[in-house]
Amino acid sequence: MSEDRVTLTEKQKRARRSRSLALALALAAFVVIVYVGTWAKLGAALFNRPM
Amino acid sequence: MAARPTNTAADFKKRMSLIEKQAVMDAGAGLSEASASDFIALLKPRVMSLVIFTGFVGMMAAPGHINPVIAAIAILCIAVGAGASGALNMWYDADIDAVMKRTAKRPIPAGRVSREEALGFGLVLSAFSVVTLGLFVNLLAAFLLAFTIFFYAVIYTIWLKRSTPQNIVIGGAAGAFPPMIGWAAVTNSVSIESIVLFMIIFLWTPPHFWALSLFMSDDYEKARIPMMPNVMGAASTKFQIFLYTVLVAPVGVLPWVMGFAGPAYGVFSIVMGALFLLYAFKVWRAEVGEPMISPAKKLFAFSIFYLFSLYAVLLGEVLVGKAMAAFGGAI
Repeated sequence: MSEDRVTLTEKQKRARRSRSLALALALAAFVVIVYVGTWAKLGAALFNRPM
Repeated sequence: MAARPTNTAADFKKRMSLIEKQAVMDAGAGLSEASASDFIALLKPRVMSLVIFTGFVGMMAAPGHINPVIAAIAILCIAVGAGASGALNMWYDADIDAVMKRTAKRPIPAGRVSREEALGFGLVLSAFSVVTLGLFVNLLAAFLLAFTIFFYAVIYTIWLKRSTPQNIVIGGAAGAFPPMIGWAAVTNSVSIESIVLFMIIFLWTPPHFWALSLFMSDDYEKARIPMMPNVMGAASTKFQIFLYTVLVAPVGVLPWVMGFAGPAYGVFSIVMGALFLLYAFKVWRAEVGEPMISPAKKLFAFSIFYLFSLYAVLLGEVLVGKAMAAFGGAI
């Protein structure tokens, strides 16, 4: 089975690394946007609500 | 030698049936060599920058206050939504992009990104941008962004672009929505002022694109896109360019007439409108063929400067007004 594995070329490896980095950055940016946006939208009263 | 297509209305009807989707070479299902920059190219960054700018001006010109963080999120969502519609456009138009010189190096026709990847990328970014705008800003702005993406990807790209020479007249609406979305982000409403900001870009689009198509008509002909010069001929296109410029020049002055822009904008928009008319007039009066190429190129370059500078002056005036109000309030 192991003989069937695909070996990536250097160009494909570089491209995959570039895509992975961009995806990681985009996800991190989205987390920051949601965090900061929630504070900005709801303000200091974020946790001050009836349970 | 193949007969060169003629440009009569009857030919146009015949050619409409010829404009069908053709197979395109793309990256297929093999191992991808697409880098992050290829996916960024799918977002049409240059178009995106104009969208960000006009959306920002719409936001700043709107009456009322918006939290700066929420404003930044709104601009980001508008930018990503515009980019997503660019990716969807490249997904659908890969076949015609491949035969046009201007677009042949785009990621899909160049074989670096597959059409499926572009479609997925565009759909995911569309969904994220609209939902984020709805959650953090307001539902009206989110609805307008969703409508803009739908209008550009479905109404313009899939339907109008290949079927009518009026494609960019109606499709121009997609590019005109961003200031309206920016305005709605602040006010949660669509007002007559934001409609005027919309109309400036909407009426500006035909002279801008038809000037381009006058000196790029061979490219459009090759791709069988029914642009106005290929269908109705250059003479009719030149006249229609002038007609739309006659419409956009006074509409460009309306922000001052209606009182949401000051006298500096008023004077500037009158001068720029007169110059726009002059450039369009020169194109109209130029003889069809080689003599019209130079005036068309000048008009195309000026049209970009016209739109950018009008919005820039409006923004400058608004920012000065806000700064003076803050300064006056501090005293």
